[in-house]
Amino acid sequence: MNFTLKVWRQKNAKTKGHFETYQVSNISPDTSFLEMLDILNDQLISEGNDPVAVNKGCKNSGPIAFDHDCREGICGMCSLYINGHPHGPDSLVTTCQLHMRKFKDGDTITIEPWRSAGFPVIKDLVVNRGAFDQILQAGGFISVNTGGAPDANATPIAKDKADESMDAAACVGCGACVATCKNGSAMLFVSARVSSLALLPQGKIEGARRAKAMVAKMDELGFGACTNTQMCQMECPKGITISHIARLNREFLCAKLKD
Amino acid sequence: MEEKLNSKVPAGPLAEKWTKHKAAIKVVSPANKRKLDIIVIGTGLGGASAAATLGELGYNVKIFCISDSPRRAHSIAAQGGINAAKNYQNDNDSIYRLFYDTIKGGDYRSREANVYRLAEVSNLIIDQCVAQGVPFARDYGGLLDNRSFGGAQVSRTFYARGQTGQQLLLGAYASLNRQIAKGTVKSYPRHEMLDLVIINGEARGIIARDLVTGEIKRFGAHAVVLASGGYGNTYFLSTNAMNSNGSAAMQCFRKGAYFANPCFAQIHPTCIPKHGEQQSKLTLMSESLRNDGRIWVPKKLEDVERLRKRQVKASQIPEEDRDYYLERRYPAFGNLVPRDVASRAAKERCDAGFGVNETGLAVFLDFRSAIERLGQKTIEARYGNLFQMYEKITDVNPYEEPMMIYPAIHYTMGGIWVDYNLQTTIPGLYAIGEANFSDHGGNRLGASALMQGLADGYFILPYTIGDYLSHKIKESKQSTDTPEFEATEKAVRDKIAKIFAIKGKRTVDSIHKELGNIMWEYVGMSRNEAGLKKAIGLIDDLRKEFWSNVYVPGEPGEFNPEIEKAVRLVDFIEIGSLMAHDALNRQESCGGHFREEMQTEEGETKRDDVNYAYVSAWEYKGDGVTPELHKEPLNFEFVTPSTRNYKD
Repeated sequence: MNFTLKVWRQKNAKTKGHFETYQVSNISPDTSFLEMLDILNDQLISEGNDPVAVNKGCKNSGPIAFDHDCREGICGMCSLYINGHPHGPDSLVTTCQLHMRKFKDGDTITIEPWRSAGFPVIKDLVVNRGAFDQILQAGGFISVNTGGAPDANATPIAKDKADESMDAAACVGCGACVATCKNGSAMLFVSARVSSLALLPQGKIEGARRAKAMVAKMDELGFGACTNTQMCQMECPKGITISHIARLNREFLCAKLKD
Repeated sequence: MEEKLNSKVPAGPLAEKWTKHKAAIKVVSPANKRKLDIIVIGTGLGGASAAATLGELGYNVKIFCISDSPRRAHSIAAQGGINAAKNYQNDNDSIYRLFYDTIKGGDYRSREANVYRLAEVSNLIIDQCVAQGVPFARDYGGLLDNRSFGGAQVSRTFYARGQTGQQLLLGAYASLNRQIAKGTVKSYPRHEMLDLVIINGEARGIIARDLVTGEIKRFGAHAVVLASGGYGNTYFLSTNAMNSNGSAAMQCFRKGAYFANPCFAQIHPTCIPKHGEQQSKLTLMSESLRNDGRIWVPKKLEDVERLRKRQVKASQIPEEDRDYYLERRYPAFGNLVPRDVASRAAKERCDAGFGVNETGLAVFLDFRSAIERLGQKTIEARYGNLFQMYEKITDVNPYEEPMMIYPAIHYTMGGIWVDYNLQTTIPGLYAIGEANFSDHGGNRLGASALMQGLADGYFILPYTIGDYLSHKIKESKQSTDTPEFEATEKAVRDKIAKIFAIKGKRTVDSIHKELGNIMWEYVGMSRNEAGLKKAIGLIDDLRKEFWSNVYVPGEPGEFNPEIEKAVRLVDFIEIGSLMAHDALNRQESCGGHFREEMQTEEGETKRDDVNYAYVSAWEYKGDGVTPELHKEPLNFEFVTPSTRNYKD
């Protein structure tokens, strides 16, 4: 398969970015999207090292920087806004699990970094998602020290509650929800953590404090408000639903009412 | 035995060793802990749990990870579960049984005392994780559910769907976040350790590269904890994450830490087969699938032909023409034999020409009987995300057609040598989790990696490191303005400059792939003397090729993934050579290390307890120079090493 790629290039956080166009050919449909970028990068490295091409004025800004790690959809490191969708056109997958068979031969594919004020660009397609760490540091935990925990079966938890908690805990922290939101809101991300812990008796105890602290930190870091457009749940690679935002809102309101 | 390799295993009955040892450890007062600095390299289950716990205790901790957040560490990809000897299923499990299964599963190449301690603290881990809010799978009564894993005849594996590693890591990461917020832990994401700084023979800091700016930085401490994971990516294609690497461990090796049992690499039987030359990594399908999936190839070669030509679908091959070879060869354990056994059995069938895909390197993992017995809904609830992942990658629906699987490199049992305190041969340098060698011997059982990472990090290292640090309370903050820091930083800068200056023709990846091919061919699932010698020669050539013909674009002082990969490849080349040397030396077959010269008539491993019941600990002598072998004898006081028998 052959593709035309329009890729966002940006040297670093301080410079302005622009699109550059590349061609890739002979790509197997079984190739993953990131493997296709590996192939392009191999091409760019070889060209950049080729004096003939460089003398001909080959405009080569070197290989394209993009984040990736596990390549099996669980670490949350990969990102990419592909043809207007975070993680591309397929549903319930991260970019690393997207395969070229989902595109048509000859397609032009536009690749951008996450677009959000909360995630400044580091280079090309790599952004800084440190804000997510900061939000979780504000309260995304249960205050328990190592050792001294009661027996794991001491507190039974209803299966449906544990399952729902797990649904929310499946969040990989990739940032697709923020990138797709016109308000740049991190509500789905925040609610996934708040909801997952609020559903468990262990997490219930400091639920109010957690909801307030995490929402306050999210606001402080410049993420927008939620206006219920539901884009986040449409694009979430892990199928996390806005019912968790409803639970976060309930936790937050109850906490505020008690203040 | 050499003094350096003193395992410091305490005397006394097996079940009392850890308790007695803990009682003898000196403790550090809270006021003094505040003055002591600890560096932790890596934020997977080992690193995150250790850093969080050390922070809770009041030490000053600095953590370093190469990703943009501690939560990305590769522990997150562990699917199946975590073992513990809770005996919640009343199937007669116990600490002793978990210990015994683990030491037997490791083919009697690990220390009894370490493995027993691991089993002993396993129950505390489950308690701890539940308290942190890890949403483990539960039964309708609200209590925790279990499943079975290979090498065990009891159900002792706790799980959170097919994302157990993720949930455990998020638990440890949450504890870490709590400490970061409190200021006891400082986090350095996108920082890579490039060297260890030794002062007066002790580990006193690191040199790290800021991966965003390219800046080279110095960090001092009273102790350094290595939790940087394994070296499976030496093979290029593995189930490890793309950025997982052995460099931090190799820097320690170069600085004098012994490297133990490097040839023990685990080849996981159930991975999605390779599809082409452009492939960047292999994807694991959890071992938990072997609870309900049955592994088979056709009995008749003509069926194999038809399958390869796609004239027939697997589901159309009748029951009587299927060879469920694991059930046939190992009736007692069936599809749940340990990983090394299952991998070799798959290779044996494929070598005999029964591989079921075009490349001839695949076998079936079939859920038909389980779906008939339990219904698709149950199978979906158990493995839904794994089935989805399989379909996304292969475009085949595993509810209708069996999965195709083949073994792939997955985990490395070898690692930096540590004593019972998890201290390396360099005072003040500790190694935990997959980065050390200590608990899995020649083969790790499924669901034991998570157990070991968290055991080391939550319950063992925070105690044992106190013994060392209690002697450091009078030493002030380590200055980074010393000749040792100066020299180490200069060496790092020179190395990076040297790599940039080569300006050759080949990409880093192309050389890495070549290394991977050498490793898989000669230091892979089966090894022999001639092949290993050849591999060492080929790796020597490849080292020369790297240092004369690699091309790294861009600048050192910027975000530059190519230089990151190049620096790691320098170390992968040395690890590859080290693995081959170790495999050549170990003239026995045990666990994941199969020497063709040493097998039974049925093709099973033949261990040699007379000559090889030792840990091989290698000392660095220079890049490309044969390392020096030291031996730590393994004494079995409490169990008698026997031939592993999974047949009856």
